Amino acid sequence: MELYNGERPSVFRLLEKYMRKGLYSILTQGPIPTHIAFILDGNRRFAKKHKLPEGGGHKAGFLALLNVLTYCYELGVKYATIYAFSIDNFRRKPHEVQYVMDLMLEKIEGMIMEESIINAYDICVRFVGNLKLLSEPVKTAADKIMRATANNSKCVLLIAVCYTSTDEIVHAVEESSELNSNEVCNNQELEEANATGSSTVIQTENMESYSGIKLVDLEKNTYINPYPDVLIRTSGETRLSNYLLWQTTNCILYSPYALWPEIGLRHVVWSVINFQRHYSYLEKHKEYLK
Amino acid sequence: MDLKPGAGGQRVNRFVDPISYHFLQFLWRTLHLLVSLWYLQVSMVQMIEGFLISSGLVKRYGALDIDKVRYLAIVVDSEEAYQISKVIQLLKWVEDMGVKHLCLYDSKGVLKTNKKTIMESLNNAMPFEEAVEKDVLLDQKQMTVEFASSSDGKEAITRAANVLFMKYLKYAKTGVGKEEPCFTEDQMDEALKAIGYKGPEPDLLLIYGPVRCHLGFSPWRLRYTEMVHMGPLRYMNLGSLKKAIHRFTTVQQNYGT
Repeated sequence: MELYNGERPSVFRLLEKYMRKGLYSILTQGPIPTHIAFILDGNRRFAKKHKLPEGGGHKAGFLALLNVLTYCYELGVKYATIYAFSIDNFRRKPHEVQYVMDLMLEKIEGMIMEESIINAYDICVRFVGNLKLLSEPVKTAADKIMRATANNSKCVLLIAVCYTSTDEIVHAVEESSELNSNEVCNNQELEEANATGSSTVIQTENMESYSGIKLVDLEKNTYINPYPDVLIRTSGETRLSNYLLWQTTNCILYSPYALWPEIGLRHVVWSVINFQRHYSYLEKHKEYLK
Repeated sequence: MDLKPGAGGQRVNRFVDPISYHFLQFLWRTLHLLVSLWYLQVSMVQMIEGFLISSGLVKRYGALDIDKVRYLAIVVDSEEAYQISKVIQLLKWVEDMGVKHLCLYDSKGVLKTNKKTIMESLNNAMPFEEAVEKDVLLDQKQMTVEFASSSDGKEAITRAANVLFMKYLKYAKTGVGKEEPCFTEDQMDEALKAIGYKGPEPDLLLIYGPVRCHLGFSPWRLRYTEMVHMGPLRYMNLGSLKKAIHRFTTVQQNYGT
């Protein structure tokens, strides 16, 4: 398999790859997370630390992202979610917001090309969040790649853009309300039609009483499913910053001190080891909450 | 054995290749044994550090800017929450440090069940609901204590969702409201308050349990909350508590900007 940048692997890279395989063969003796989520924190601090030009941190961060996704998919993690852009990030300086949008557009267009990680790993790409807030070019590119990879099924990459958890919860309430209001309307029409004795209406024998929005309705209408098993936030920060608050009830939160561009295989492996250590505990907790 | 990308990390079949299977199992268990020894070593160092901090030998943690912790939450693993005497000791430490508002959470509601015992053991504390009723939340004389469980998280949000939904139906019937439901986060806040969920977002959440996981604390109240894993409740010590709070007081958030 060619590496994501399309270059032929060197001897060193081949050796590295086989060592990784050896490590995976040990790790896969235990449970592997189905879904790992990432908060890509520390790009700007990395640029400052290494005296890079503006945007240099984000570029380095993108390369780190490709490496991390490679490790996840090689290990057998089926879903990876990244927090690419928060609704709160719109409050940054306009040129910074524009830079991130331009970088996103450039990388999305790159992803569609051949020899990229997306096709190598048969990845389905989905953009989740309040996509109406995206600029038109980015939205169009996002739609394009989602259509292009819709049939890929081995792995799923969820990219949270224009996303916050509280916005997601409100969205889930709106969706559930719309679905339930249709149900209410249908029941009312049926009741009214039954009352008039219309011969075109089929009388239902068992009409369930209407009980309102249920928890399962909200869970079905969140942007991100299935729920992550591990959430990694780099830079040592210990908060979720309005990300996956609903989905992290039984999720291990891991905050390595490394800045996002410095993240490596050791961090992914460490998070999987900790997942395996606490797997039974979290499964029991999930069962209790069902 | 061939590990294909995205293949789900194929396990060695114990019947097809028993030698490889047992060898890999041995390596896997050895890896986890080494990791457990590492964590044991880390816990011992933390306990010694905690003891030194509690004894006042580490000057850095002497004075805490406790006013920065406007609202503290403590999540306890439900099995460990049965150690009520430990919970009471922890709350006494928190009270002595000057924390004014506290939320105690465990997913099964064990702490809620023992609310009376816990409140009676504290010198100068008041239940959160009583403080809200008497409108003395800003009164700094007593510590307010809120008790929460998993029913106050997603289930409460579901109940609030129904409040918003009923309002929407009412407007839709009169023909005054919009066609599609359109709510805001402020409306969700108000709906939660309307059904009795007036607790604010904690600044700091301390997790006492085997794993760093918030175990279902209300998702609506965790947006920018710092979460610190304190380890199992049976190993709690005052020094670690002081260190966690001190570290929090040095954090600077940019709230996404």
